[in-house]
Amino acid sequence: MSAPAVAAFVEVETPLRRFVRQFSEDRVAVFGLVVFLLIVALALAAPFYAPQNPYDLSRVDLMDSRQPPGAKALDGYTMWLGSDGVGRDIFSAIFYGLRISLAVGAASCLIAATLGMTVGLIAAYAGGRTETLIMRLVDLQLSLPSVLVALILVAMFGKGVDKIILALVLVQWAYYARTVRGSALVERSKDYVEAARCLGLSHTRILFRHILPNCLAPVIVVATVQTAHAISLEATLSFLGVGLPQTEPSLGVLIANGFQYMMSGKFWISTFPGLALLITIVAINLVGDRLRDVLNPRLEK
Amino acid sequence: MLAFILRRTGQGLLVIAAMIALVFFGVNVIGDPVWILVSPEMNQQQVEEVARSLGLDRPIYEQFWHFLKGLAQGDLGRSFVHGTPAIGLILERMPATLELAFVALVMAIVLGIPLGLYAGLKPDHPLARSIMAVSILGFSLPTFWVGLMLIMVFAVMLGWLPATGRGPVGHFLGIETSLTSLEGWRFVLLPALNLALLKISLVIRLARAGTREVALLDYVKFARAKGLSPRRVIGVHILKNILIPIITVLGLEFGSLVAFSVVTETIFAWPGMGRLLLEAIQRLDRPVIVAYVIVVVCLFVVINLVVDILYSLVDPRVRLTENAA
Repeated sequence: MSAPAVAAFVEVETPLRRFVRQFSEDRVAVFGLVVFLLIVALALAAPFYAPQNPYDLSRVDLMDSRQPPGAKALDGYTMWLGSDGVGRDIFSAIFYGLRISLAVGAASCLIAATLGMTVGLIAAYAGGRTETLIMRLVDLQLSLPSVLVALILVAMFGKGVDKIILALVLVQWAYYARTVRGSALVERSKDYVEAARCLGLSHTRILFRHILPNCLAPVIVVATVQTAHAISLEATLSFLGVGLPQTEPSLGVLIANGFQYMMSGKFWISTFPGLALLITIVAINLVGDRLRDVLNPRLEK
Repeated sequence: MLAFILRRTGQGLLVIAAMIALVFFGVNVIGDPVWILVSPEMNQQQVEEVARSLGLDRPIYEQFWHFLKGLAQGDLGRSFVHGTPAIGLILERMPATLELAFVALVMAIVLGIPLGLYAGLKPDHPLARSIMAVSILGFSLPTFWVGLMLIMVFAVMLGWLPATGRGPVGHFLGIETSLTSLEGWRFVLLPALNLALLKISLVIRLARAGTREVALLDYVKFARAKGLSPRRVIGVHILKNILIPIITVLGLEFGSLVAFSVVTETIFAWPGMGRLLLEAIQRLDRPVIVAYVIVVVCLFVVINLVVDILYSLVDPRVRLTENAA
């Protein structure tokens, strides 16, 4: 895994290629991956094809508000998915909202993974009191449901993109720490670590260049599942009104805005952003499910 | 056995103490609730008076000491917004939340076990495959969105069930509950289903995995060979043995049902303590937030303890390894 380029000369099939082959054996997972990549591409390219920029107040007209799907906007374009309470085109708002939801999910996941892996590695390598202290903290946090922890953290920090990301990082780091520690404990006692130590390499180098690369497989699995979880959690917090502010309309904010109109039968304001959220999460989970099977060393033949 | 219980209780108390300190300092360090409570016309002197009356002018460690003294007497401080004791507010709303969580738990068992059992007995049947697909969906669907869809379909479009609120409350053994009347049940059904969805998926998976494992064991084969009816083999021999892990996990999950009820209660306007927490967060009502966390953490610790003890009673191997270690 650490040196696919070298392996290519020795073996016919590199580990990377084997991984790709095993992953693509499952049609559903490949479908999930394609859908996810499509969603990311559509979200990134939103300004190029969306008929309306929901942030640009000069393009949003109150006269267009609460129109059913398929209605014509004053600007001439068709609002295929209707419009919300202030005249935002739902179709455009979904893809602009996806940008925020995906960015928050990815950012929190990256930071949490970095933090969790470092802490987990230190716990496994240092052992003793340091390990006990870190792992008690991890246990304490994992024993409480993530929604509750996130709510309390948001109560402490307040609203805003940076604060939500911080709260999500603090909710998630423990999963990475536990995973990395588990595999690092196994790796630590292997011969190659002993050899590296005999060569007189520094602790940092052994930890990050030798042990860490061999612990990455389970981390990748946790990362996919946790990204989906982070996106869902952010949407939940935003829906409850304690997450992102109205000026950063992620999917959760869009769904929350439609809630008040639902009772009067205006279903499209909440339903379509919800479907977008659902498709994103299911696609990531399908990929994660397959990764778990492929990267699990116990199932390797 | 006694040493085991004592050690676990000690660990639980430590967790509660750690959480109390963490949450108190965390919640009290950020933001200034005085500015939310005073009206804009008040002058500086009046603002300071409000702060003094709430004890917010003193240094944080003094506030914490004051809080601990109150805690020892069962007083968790007064709500800034309601002006009544925070713990009273929470205990008042608690029955509604526990009722919701309880109905959700029953739903998870009643729906999850038969579906999981079926999926485990006939893993290749199309129906079993669709059950598993639905359970994956149950894990992926965000709770709040499912709640919205339930309201839209069953309350707005079909008009079968009421969308929000708790309905008439009756008394049963001195406990306020809406489960005594049919009308009350109509109100419970949708929020409980919303809350139960995740747990139903979980039970389906557990029951399926357990069934597939147990169905291959010798004693099941022997029961079949004896000529027992399939109904008896499944209902007695298999079911009994898959129940232990399911009940353990569900016991532990009861706490997470209470925590998740924050979302469900908000959507369905259910007057429980989850909604109270959300209101408290929005208004920076610190004593209520701290009291809520303390109550829920205590609930968690007690549930974990009870499940641990029950488990060691049912399965002596757990106790033996504890002693050996």
